[in-house]
Amino acid sequence: MTDKLSWITVYPEIVLLVMACLITLMDLGVSSRTRTRTYVWTLVSLGAVALLQLLYALGGATLYGLHNMVVSDPMGNWLKFFATIAVMVTLVYARPYAADRDMLRGGELFSLSMLALLGMFVMISGNNFLLIYLGLELLTLSSYALVALRRDHAVSTEAAMKYFVLGALASGFLLYGLSMMYGATGSLDINAVFRAINSGSVNAQVLVFGTVFVVAGLAFKLGVVPFHMWIPDVYQGAPTAVTLMIGGAPKLAAFAIVIRLLVEGMLPLAMDWQQMLMLLAIASLLVGNLAAIMQTNLKRMLAFSTIAQMGFVLLGLMSGVITGNLLSADNAYSSAMFYVVTYVLTTLAAFGVILLLAREGFESEEIADFAGLNQRSPLYAAIMAICLFSLAGIPPMVGFYAKLSVLQALVASGQTLHIGLAVFAVIMSLIGAFYYLRVVKVMYFDEPITASTVSAPLDVRAVLSVNGLLVLLLGIMPGGLMALCAQAIQQMLRN
Amino acid sequence: MGLLSLAIWMPIAFGVVLLALGRDEHARVVRWVALIGALASFLVTLPLYAGFQLGTAEMQFVEKMPWMERFNVFYHLGVDGISFWFVLLTAFITVVVVIAGWEVITSRVNQYMGAFLILSGLMIGVFAALDGVLFYVFFEATLIPMYLIIGIWGGPNKIYAAFKFFLYTLLGSLLTLIALIFLYTKSGGSFDIATWHKLPLDGTTQTLLFFAFFAAFAVKVPMWPVHTWLPDVHVEAPTGGSAVLAAIMLKLGAYGFLRFSMPIAPDAAREWAWLMIALSLIAVIYVGLVAMVQQDMKKLVAYSSVAHMGFVTLGFFIFNDLGVSGGLVQMIAHGFVSGAMFLSIGVLYDRVHSREIAAYGGVINTMPKFAAFALLFAMANCGLPGTAGFVGEWMVILGAVKYNFWIGLLAATALIFGAAYTLWMFKRVYLGPVANDDVKALSDINSREFLMLALLAVAVLWMGVHPKPFTDVMDTSVAELLKHVAQSKLN
Repeated sequence: MTDKLSWITVYPEIVLLVMACLITLMDLGVSSRTRTRTYVWTLVSLGAVALLQLLYALGGATLYGLHNMVVSDPMGNWLKFFATIAVMVTLVYARPYAADRDMLRGGELFSLSMLALLGMFVMISGNNFLLIYLGLELLTLSSYALVALRRDHAVSTEAAMKYFVLGALASGFLLYGLSMMYGATGSLDINAVFRAINSGSVNAQVLVFGTVFVVAGLAFKLGVVPFHMWIPDVYQGAPTAVTLMIGGAPKLAAFAIVIRLLVEGMLPLAMDWQQMLMLLAIASLLVGNLAAIMQTNLKRMLAFSTIAQMGFVLLGLMSGVITGNLLSADNAYSSAMFYVVTYVLTTLAAFGVILLLAREGFESEEIADFAGLNQRSPLYAAIMAICLFSLAGIPPMVGFYAKLSVLQALVASGQTLHIGLAVFAVIMSLIGAFYYLRVVKVMYFDEPITASTVSAPLDVRAVLSVNGLLVLLLGIMPGGLMALCAQAIQQMLRN
Repeated sequence: MGLLSLAIWMPIAFGVVLLALGRDEHARVVRWVALIGALASFLVTLPLYAGFQLGTAEMQFVEKMPWMERFNVFYHLGVDGISFWFVLLTAFITVVVVIAGWEVITSRVNQYMGAFLILSGLMIGVFAALDGVLFYVFFEATLIPMYLIIGIWGGPNKIYAAFKFFLYTLLGSLLTLIALIFLYTKSGGSFDIATWHKLPLDGTTQTLLFFAFFAAFAVKVPMWPVHTWLPDVHVEAPTGGSAVLAAIMLKLGAYGFLRFSMPIAPDAAREWAWLMIALSLIAVIYVGLVAMVQQDMKKLVAYSSVAHMGFVTLGFFIFNDLGVSGGLVQMIAHGFVSGAMFLSIGVLYDRVHSREIAAYGGVINTMPKFAAFALLFAMANCGLPGTAGFVGEWMVILGAVKYNFWIGLLAATALIFGAAYTLWMFKRVYLGPVANDDVKALSDINSREFLMLALLAVAVLWMGVHPKPFTDVMDTSVAELLKHVAQSKLN
């Protein structure tokens, strides 16, 4: 199978690319302020891609294609499916917001989002260092442009510059690390690199150096301490719709490249990178949670909370290999995958509410803007509360099961150090509970500053309601998604 | 769907319907739906009583379905003699609380009633859960409605109280979560509580587990010295919130000791019994003294709750059947009595808007019917024979004397303190001449308030005069538990 082209492995990417180009062209003829035609076509194309991905994922086969450049496995297909859905949901939430802010003068929001999604696809299914890097660049370049989409808005432009400079630096790190790996192993192919490292005949010093740079680059992309500086500024500065585009689906892709590079490529070096991940996780939990307490801007608070949440993901990723054996690997990685998927789901709904409350000339991004939301709109207050409780890890929201599975992966290792980390993590999530609760307090206990009711287009209301309900329903019935993640990871590890 | 599932999900379903019913224009409809929901939820628990088999310590009405197969988690429900009464108590108190909030709550009625009904279902879930994760989910989920109840309908300092309640109890239960996961790993991948009971564990592990559980349950009970959240929260919570908190939520912690700490770590439980007994005695005596000097009625009853719960934990950790059964009886009795005390304070507060003892005096002159009820509940709170309060305290004291005379003696002093602070409050609030214009303007209880207090009064007297149905249900399970705890799990 490896030396055929196997176009079938990249059909979704091809469809996506073709449609992105077609929609860009088609948009030239659209003149409406809300770009309804572009919007509908984008959603239809993404829907088709999602459906295709779902079929691939349900098929459950692992295929290599394009001379072993790409891999299509259940883990990748599920992540691509979720990423497509996340981008679709993001666009639904984003359109009214963007239309109010003169961001729909052209159809770039849609075409850039599709290209960003294509970048995520390439990252997720890349089986080659260079290809993964290219996917990453496609994603981030599209994101830089998206952040700057509100071009006459100084804060957004500043955020875009910051994002670009730091993002380029991170890409540099990653590329440097990958080139060291290439130098040491003589290959860019992930499987070949794995075999080379596993053979033990490679210069360990170069490998460890390379690993350090790769991990640093990934840490930048995941946004974990101490490589987190860009996250708060970009989250706050970017137009909220774009914040969601950066903070939602790309986390899935970032998780995928961590798995592809570190697990599939460098698993024999696990003892080295796990220690780095551990330090990153501890620092992220600490800094993210403590800094979030002080924020008055909701977007910035959620940015710091993201940092802390990614710390939890790293905790899952670092407990895969225990004293050289792989017994708990599928447990650990699937808990991390479950965590990321549910995190993205929750983030979508939370930002959905923020976007919904934003009106022309009013950003609704200060925590105080949410005062008395329960009196203005009990439904959206409830959705936001569900999301916040989920992020805080309170059952029966889905976020609890994510934390549960990560903690379980930690404790299952039986190491005293890991159990200590679990205790540390729960104490940190107690701090987390405080700032999430503070937002709930503002929504439920404070009096509203404005009596205006909340109105939104039908599509936004419907999607947001389903999205919020899912956070709760998956909390009551989490078994299916957990099993799905477990299966996907198991199959990935077997190959 | 089994009876226990019905008891859990019926109130939750009604609660969700209430939340969907919308704004205060439909307040009347909302109240009636809430009452029907609470009554229906109570009625579905009655067949449990009819069908409960005495003389066996096995779990009854068991329901078991896979829930999260990856972690081997089951939706596993069942009750035994230990948990049985709390299911009924919870459903009963919910009915009373719905009646208590009838006219008092005028803003966001649907959310208020919905929160209480959902809370009721969740608390029944805690008592019925036989799976570690299921237990924890219900245990933690109760925080959300209670947090909102305190924060939305509470007093002036409600926000501080709501946060203190949430974070204080969350800290404790998070450590317990680690303990649960640890047990899961240790038992080779099972969250089944009964499996954990049989799991052999070494001494250090048991001690660590014991204290991890202690963190959650002692905070919830609350035991001295982690009781400080309770007075603050009680003072700020709305009447219904205080009643549910005192009547049922505190019991979740005490129940946890019996279901987790003692059977899972029996050796540690015996080793550290001295500490638990000491903390309980401090709660009984010291907190009893603290209660005496309170100026605020709600605070006084809150401290009295801590003291009464001290009796419960004392009874548990002297490891004889009188003590444990006495503790359980005391839990139920305290459910009725403390609920009634808080509701009585609510009756006064609704009229005068003050909880200060000094703001009252001579209430008996203007509210004779109400004062009669209040006297009954005050007597029950001091443990007068013939009321519910007496049975449990008497059993625990007897058990304690059997265990060690001096501990029994110290515990018995609580009866004196209890009588002192309760009766002194009664005297200052109800007796004497009419103290001021506010009291003069008081109108006696209406039929709704009469109904709510009468329901509780019947329960208090029934349990005091005829406690046998309560102890009968417990006996076998308690004996079995004690037999289990007496066996060492050390290898």
